[in-house]
Amino acid sequence: MTDATDPLSREIEGPSPRQMLRARALKHKALIFGMTVVLLLVLVALFAPLLAPHDPYAQSLMNRMVKPVFMGGTWEHPLGTDHLGRDYLSRLIYGARVSLLIGAVAALISGVIGTAMGVAAGYFGGKVDAVVTFLINVRLAMPVVLVALAVVAILGGSLTVVICVLGLLLWDRFAVVMRASTLQVRRRDYVAAAQVIGASTPRIVLTEIMPNIFNNLIVVVTLEMAHAILLEAALSFLGLGVQPPTPSWGLMVSEGKNMMLFEPWLVLIPGAVLFVLVLAINLMGDGLRDVTAPEGRS
Amino acid sequence: MLPFILKRLGLALLVAFTVSFISFSLLFLSGDPAAALAGETASGEDIEAIRRIYGFDRPMLVQYGDWLFSALRGDFGESYYFKLPVASLIAERLQVTMTLGVCGILFALLTAVPLGVVAAIRPNSLTDRVALFLSVAGQAMPSFWFGLILIVVFAIQLGLLPPSGAATWRHFIMPTIVLGYYAMPAIMRLTRAGMLDVLGSDYIRTARAKGAGETRVLFKHALRNAIIPVVSLAAVQMGFMLGGSIVVESVFALHGAGYLAWESIARNDLPTVQALILVFSMFYIVFTFLADVLNAWLDPRMRSA
Repeated sequence: MTDATDPLSREIEGPSPRQMLRARALKHKALIFGMTVVLLLVLVALFAPLLAPHDPYAQSLMNRMVKPVFMGGTWEHPLGTDHLGRDYLSRLIYGARVSLLIGAVAALISGVIGTAMGVAAGYFGGKVDAVVTFLINVRLAMPVVLVALAVVAILGGSLTVVICVLGLLLWDRFAVVMRASTLQVRRRDYVAAAQVIGASTPRIVLTEIMPNIFNNLIVVVTLEMAHAILLEAALSFLGLGVQPPTPSWGLMVSEGKNMMLFEPWLVLIPGAVLFVLVLAINLMGDGLRDVTAPEGRS
Repeated sequence: MLPFILKRLGLALLVAFTVSFISFSLLFLSGDPAAALAGETASGEDIEAIRRIYGFDRPMLVQYGDWLFSALRGDFGESYYFKLPVASLIAERLQVTMTLGVCGILFALLTAVPLGVVAAIRPNSLTDRVALFLSVAGQAMPSFWFGLILIVVFAIQLGLLPPSGAATWRHFIMPTIVLGYYAMPAIMRLTRAGMLDVLGSDYIRTARAKGAGETRVLFKHALRNAIIPVVSLAAVQMGFMLGGSIVVESVFALHGAGYLAWESIARNDLPTVQALILVFSMFYIVFTFLADVLNAWLDPRMRSA
């Protein structure tokens, strides 16, 4: 009898794991802050044409380096204009598209590569594991910034090239984490049970392994997304990433650098926005790790 | 111990060999290196002449073998731009990068280890939270932007430090901070976790029970054991930092190997770029190898891995 008034059955009915997860997430302030900021910036990027007060590419040589409104400028250009008279706020808003697009797609590409390698290494072990571990070592030995710069320079800097290069370079952490997680999960009884009833390998990987390492995957996705965004900014800052006149935050810092002596805000504003976005994504990733694996928190 | 070292050495050599092949193949990504070298205005005959002079007409594997054996002898060919041997160019510039790397890792260790220890002594205290926030913020800070802020504040506004160049030790202060803070979060977190782990162990309780002073317990008993993994992390971070110095060197116009890499990439000087990728990879491989050996020496349990 499972009557609600029966004291015994009431004791057994606790909150479901999903409810506990949601409760922990709502209590985690850093996670909530990170998610809110990321969500806001995603909305800004999606609705850039509606939000931007001006065309981010429209130059006006009469209005070069107008100061932002808090430094004595006007509301016509709330964050001033750059060295070509382009509205700084509009360029920042469109820059969010570049950063988020590169971060998301690069993390997706490297996620697919790294997860495939890591899960294969963890599941099959033996020679497959040895080869994957070796490839991870090779990848870690290559200096990322240098290789990315060289390849972008050879192939020509465009959004697609930058995304592909970063996607092909940043799979190492995915492979390391997914390998370790798979090793843990594959020793569990339910995997052995699936093997015993004769389930095929793809079926075991997709229905037994993947759902149980998914939380770890999401954490790495966020952290690598932040990594890719920072790297794109660094490449563009060095002049070998996204090419002008595309509004990229790293490129804006680079363009403002020459006027830094007199107009330091040209450098401070895009860098600050970049810092806030990366910080928010990292807080989200760290928070997700705390919430999904509360037992592993130190 | 010896079998472990030999096994690791073999692996390191295999990694080095693979990296050398990848950095050599980069040259062929552009399709035709001779056409790239000749420039857009070159005629077909010019390109053909360049192809013969540089030996691009031979099979790729033959060219690779040739390049590898020269590289093993310390000959990386001639720079397209400087018309000088690449090896001597890099050797000359490495001094600045090495100085920067050593200063950077020392700065990171000297700030991150005490912070990690303090954070571990009082977990969840205000100090702990501040240290944790600093490490999260540090990871999110774009290093080129951080460098520019330091220049604006300390070189332009306050006039305390020179904004660029490598003439005196004062030129190295800001680049050291920018390069070093990059390694700080990881070192701090590892020190904190290690200390927390060790402070909860039985022998610390024994040390306290026999009446050892708290300072003695913390530094003689606890830190000594907690620091072991930090040492090898520092070696790995050092390898990463040398590769990451390219951004810092370009912000502060330090003419080191990273700056040379940036210049050479912009000038399409492929022999120099290939050699630099190989050199930076070798540093990483050597440092991780040393870290593994050091770990195994300090902790015999690691030798079976």
